Amino acid sequence: MGNVFANDLPALQVVVPLLSAPLCLVLARWPRLVWALCTAVTWAALAIAVSLLKSVLADGPISYAMGGWAAPWGIEYRIDVVNAYVALIVTGIASVVLPYAYTSAALYIRDDRIPLFYALMMLCFTGLLGMTVTGDAFNVFVFLEISSLSMYGLISLGQDRRALTAAFQYLVMGTIGGTFVLIGIGFLYVVTGTLNMADLAARLPEVTQLRTLHTAFAFLVVGIGLKLAMFPLHLWLPNAYAYAPSPATVFIAATATKVAVYILLRFVFTVIGPEIAYQDLPFGEIAMVLAVLGLLTGSFVAIFQRNIKRMLAYSSVAQIGYILLGISLATVMGLEASLLHLFNHALMKGALFMAMGCFFYRIRSSRIEDLAGIGRRMPWTFAAFVIGGLSLIGVPLTVGFVSKWYLVLASLQEGYWALAVLILVGSLLAVIYVWRVVEAAWFATPSARAAEAREAPLAMLIPMWILVLANLYFGINTDLTVGVAELAAGTLMRGLP
Amino acid sequence: MSPLGAMQLAVALPAAASLPIAVTGRFPNLREAVTLITALAVLVLVGSEVPGVLAGDRPEITLIEFLPGLALMFRLEPLGMIFALVASFLWLVTSIYSIGYMRGHHEQNQTRFYVCFAISIASALGVAFAGNMLTLFTAYEVLSISTYPLVTHAGTEEARRAGRVYLGILLGTSIGFQLLAILWTWNITGSLDFREGGLLAGQIDGPAAAVLLALYVFGIGKAAVMPFHRWLPAAMVAPTPVSALLHAVAVVKSGVFAILKVCVYLFGLDFLTSTGASDWLLYFAGATILVGSLVAMRKDNLKARLAYSTISQLSYIVAGALLASSLAATGAAMHIAMHAFGKITLFFCAGAILVAAHKTEISQMDGLGRAMPLTFAAFFIGSLSIIGLPPTGGTWSKFYLAMGALEAGQFWMLIVLMVSSVLNIVYLLPIPIRAFLARPAEDVPDKVKEAPLPCLIAIGVTSLGCLVLFFYPDLLYQLARLVGAGAG
Repeated sequence: MGNVFANDLPALQVVVPLLSAPLCLVLARWPRLVWALCTAVTWAALAIAVSLLKSVLADGPISYAMGGWAAPWGIEYRIDVVNAYVALIVTGIASVVLPYAYTSAALYIRDDRIPLFYALMMLCFTGLLGMTVTGDAFNVFVFLEISSLSMYGLISLGQDRRALTAAFQYLVMGTIGGTFVLIGIGFLYVVTGTLNMADLAARLPEVTQLRTLHTAFAFLVVGIGLKLAMFPLHLWLPNAYAYAPSPATVFIAATATKVAVYILLRFVFTVIGPEIAYQDLPFGEIAMVLAVLGLLTGSFVAIFQRNIKRMLAYSSVAQIGYILLGISLATVMGLEASLLHLFNHALMKGALFMAMGCFFYRIRSSRIEDLAGIGRRMPWTFAAFVIGGLSLIGVPLTVGFVSKWYLVLASLQEGYWALAVLILVGSLLAVIYVWRVVEAAWFATPSARAAEAREAPLAMLIPMWILVLANLYFGINTDLTVGVAELAAGTLMRGLP
Repeated sequence: MSPLGAMQLAVALPAAASLPIAVTGRFPNLREAVTLITALAVLVLVGSEVPGVLAGDRPEITLIEFLPGLALMFRLEPLGMIFALVASFLWLVTSIYSIGYMRGHHEQNQTRFYVCFAISIASALGVAFAGNMLTLFTAYEVLSISTYPLVTHAGTEEARRAGRVYLGILLGTSIGFQLLAILWTWNITGSLDFREGGLLAGQIDGPAAAVLLALYVFGIGKAAVMPFHRWLPAAMVAPTPVSALLHAVAVVKSGVFAILKVCVYLFGLDFLTSTGASDWLLYFAGATILVGSLVAMRKDNLKARLAYSTISQLSYIVAGALLASSLAATGAAMHIAMHAFGKITLFFCAGAILVAAHKTEISQMDGLGRAMPLTFAAFFIGSLSIIGLPPTGGTWSKFYLAMGALEAGQFWMLIVLMVSSVLNIVYLLPIPIRAFLARPAEDVPDKVKEAPLPCLIAIGVTSLGCLVLFFYPDLLYQLARLVGAGAG
């Protein structure tokens, strides 16, 4: 019995969360039960992801034929080190967000809608995991839409009506992005007659000079670029993050863009192949310029935000710039830095957005003037914010330092001195935008709202501190992250093993 | 106790002690007992290492493999030994002093103060023991951040602004320049270990080496080489014990210590001499020595004057490192200890004057010596040591620095050192002289009114230290000589 299921783990990774979504509605009369179910599902998904990663590390890639239909006709789920690692990030974050949501979701959502909220969360979770594990290009689009549609719903649940416009904005941009991805995949299908990624990779070398292929690539990059908020396609992101309910913000910020990055990596390196992307087409140059612009403008704009959730959102735009920068270098070291930062950024942004959620839970505002003096009223949340902020800056002993180390080193190895300096300038800008919050929260006279606040409930503190401690743990013990990221980067650079 | 265990314990103890200190916050006597016992234990641990290091042991311990081929590790060598000895001894003395000061001055949030203090010392010891540049950088950054709450202790708008300057410059230079320099070093040599004779020799050519060294010297903002010195006077808003220990010992000395380490163990003195990479940086150090002294002369606020004096004195050590001669390195290593004792005495006195007479401006201290004879006598001794006159320890380090300048053939540096000594006399000695001889200001009390007893004990210990180091500099010299020998 156990063995039967063990072989089906790739499918279960997606099917279990998918089935739990309708169950949320069936059990809608018992919201607590719904919550417990969803939490259990995310933990199960985490366990599946861990065991998949273990078996991939031990025995190499796993190929799973959906419904027994062999690839390339049937849908193949294909797990290698790269997506096993991304699945670990997604499930890991989900399994801390769900416990956190128990208390914090109630703030935004009427009691009778709570099961709906969890159903959306589970659908979003399903979509992200589906994009991650599938080895089929069209399947990517399907799961992309599942995750996107549920995300629009999640964002619109935010506390004030600006959440609706934010969701609508994202809906428009996201749909354009989704359509572009679909067009790109369609073109690939036209030139090769297949949708299986491995099969695509095998057949594309015969048609490398076709303009259709180049067009397909352009559509894919722009489409995925919209989903991953690549500068200047990031305009949907600040509002979406700022006005969504806290648990949704944490989840989306820490996972959605990461999966989009993974899809980009998959298409660029596995399907299209680095030769076409970097040599025939100027993907590397374009990505590098956009990455630098993104990291500088994102950090710079963040400094002037008065809504701190928005500030963190702009910081995310900047961090995506770092990730893209590593990709643009097209070296193993650069990819390793990017992959490391996927993991590390999920941890730091997760912790920071959770801290903002705790503040919001008590004072119903994310504005810096209302946060004045909150540090003394909510010391644990404040400490979490400070550590998360230090990690964002990239202080040693936090995960941010590890990412930065690899990213600068990757730039230096290629002789890009200016890039190394710009990355560090980004860090310094982070010092400014993080520290102005720290200063206001600690030194300023408490605002009317802050004066009445007390420490956030334990149910929110514990998940938040798990992430905070993870920031420190993986900043000191880098065996897992660096080890896996190195393998994954190697896998990507070699193309399909 | 094996040497390995002692090093880890010496760092772990103060860090761990922050917990019981926090918990016993309600019972000040118990809390201070924890601090004192820890400080004593750390001193004993550090002291137990001395014979081994003198005998040539270089114990090392890998704490954790941080990145492939790059570990957080400790390695004890003579220079680190000097710094660790000074820091742990003066922590004990400062702890005694703080008890008198913090209570006498009715400071708020004393528990937070002692907790951060303990963490700062742990990171200063981490800097001292660091076996490679990554470990040093890590401890350096932890020190910057853990001292931020100490600098901004008062919580006023002024403290807040000072904290901004403090953290801005220290984090800014360390991330912007130092980290870049470290990564550059790692990229070309594949190692960051401190090694006798240096790491970089032959790996990098002249002009690039000069740029790299500049990134290090300016990136180590704690050494306060101009133009990155502004944080030091700003940080003087902190309570006096903080200024005393952190800004005469732990923080600033971490800075100059790091520069010495970089020059001696990363570049290697021979390599520095042969490439001349450090020559142009010497001008910055020389200018800082003179300008710091000149600015100090114009400051009426006692702590501000001492701050600029510190800036000037730190560049003695930086210059000693950059002169890249064996004698200069010896002098620089000795000056870490000599300046620490002299300057901490002066800061203790400044704090004592504040607590007992509530005075901060030098112009108000006329005749105050009659009310506080012990304090001003100690101030006099401390001043002599900073100037470098017998019978105080400062004489020796200045002697070796001057000899080093000659050895390196930089005569102008010798002149700078001599001019600076004269300037030191001008801005330091009038303070005790006027306190004893000038006509008392009207509000100076007639009868003797000294600071609380713990303060006086601490002042006595450090000023005696200045004298003892003149008559018995042997231990210090032996250690410092080994550092200078790194040239060979």
